[in-house]
Amino acid sequence: MLDADFFHRWMTAAADSVDREANHLTELDSAIGDADHGSNLHRGFAAVRAALDKEPPQTPGAVLMLAGRQLIATVGGASGPLYGTLLRRTGKALGDAPRVARQQLAEALGVGVAAVAQMGGAQAGDKTMLDALLPAAEALGTSFGAAREAADAGALATVPMLARKGRASYLGERSIGHQDPGATSSALLITALAETDGASGGDA
Amino acid sequence: MSGGKQVGIVLVSHSGPVAESVAELARGLAAGGATAPVAAAGGTPAGGLGTSAELIAEAARSVDGGAGVAILVDLGSAVLTVKTMLAEGDELPDGSRLVDAPFLEGAVAAVVTASAGGDIAAVEAAASEAHEYHKV
Repeated sequence: MLDADFFHRWMTAAADSVDREANHLTELDSAIGDADHGSNLHRGFAAVRAALDKEPPQTPGAVLMLAGRQLIATVGGASGPLYGTLLRRTGKALGDAPRVARQQLAEALGVGVAAVAQMGGAQAGDKTMLDALLPAAEALGTSFGAAREAADAGALATVPMLARKGRASYLGERSIGHQDPGATSSALLITALAETDGASGGDA
Repeated sequence: MSGGKQVGIVLVSHSGPVAESVAELARGLAAGGATAPVAAAGGTPAGGLGTSAELIAEAARSVDGGAGVAILVDLGSAVLTVKTMLAEGDELPDGSRLVDAPFLEGAVAAVVTASAGGDIAAVEAAASEAHEYHKV
């Protein structure tokens, strides 16, 4: 079972990963976006880390809701409300249980991903974060490792896609051939989840 | 009509100067005298390009007189941030709504209508009608 501390460590691992990959995310965003994805997420996850360390919430749901609120407040780009909605809705779906099973997290993440799709009006194949998140939420029902592989494969699969949402969509066919920055950061988030599970001794 | 209270208008742009200038233009075109309250929420608190939930919440509070707040936005994260703030949380005053309208033309229509005493539905309708304003 996964407790609040597990979720806290997941968010910390995500913040570490965004620190390491910020330049790469911004490079990807320079190709088809406005070159701020890395710095925006860096700022957002620094705020998440600070808020969670200051007053660690007591339940998994509360950890994700606090993290989501920080992202909405601090990111400054579209990824703020989108990741904020993902974490808040996932956290809300977990309720106030002190511990949750992986299967419950998979279902809650599915709710969060659906909320992101509704908020952004995007669907699978539009070259967005959903292309990593939709298969990851599905595969999390199997294992953490499967979710990570599905997210990575989903992010890679955005390379040949034509962007249909956001600034990249203005580029039309010139958006083809570039990996989507949002799908890439989504894969980082899911990888951080799998690594947190690995560090705590295997599939919960 | 809204019982003497005027609808507040918030203009959210990725750019501080764009939001401020559109607010100034809308006020200028609305009336010679006093207009409905208009607040700009542009860019990030540090002055860069982007969207700030904090600046939007502050702007909405500053123009809220109890008759509702019409929020007009430019693109992308401005749209998504306001939608997210309306969907959850209590950062925006009761009666706030995101208005689907072209940013500049909608802002002028909204400020004119609110200044004339139109209620939130009238302000929203006037701003949305700006979609029908074709230039050729």
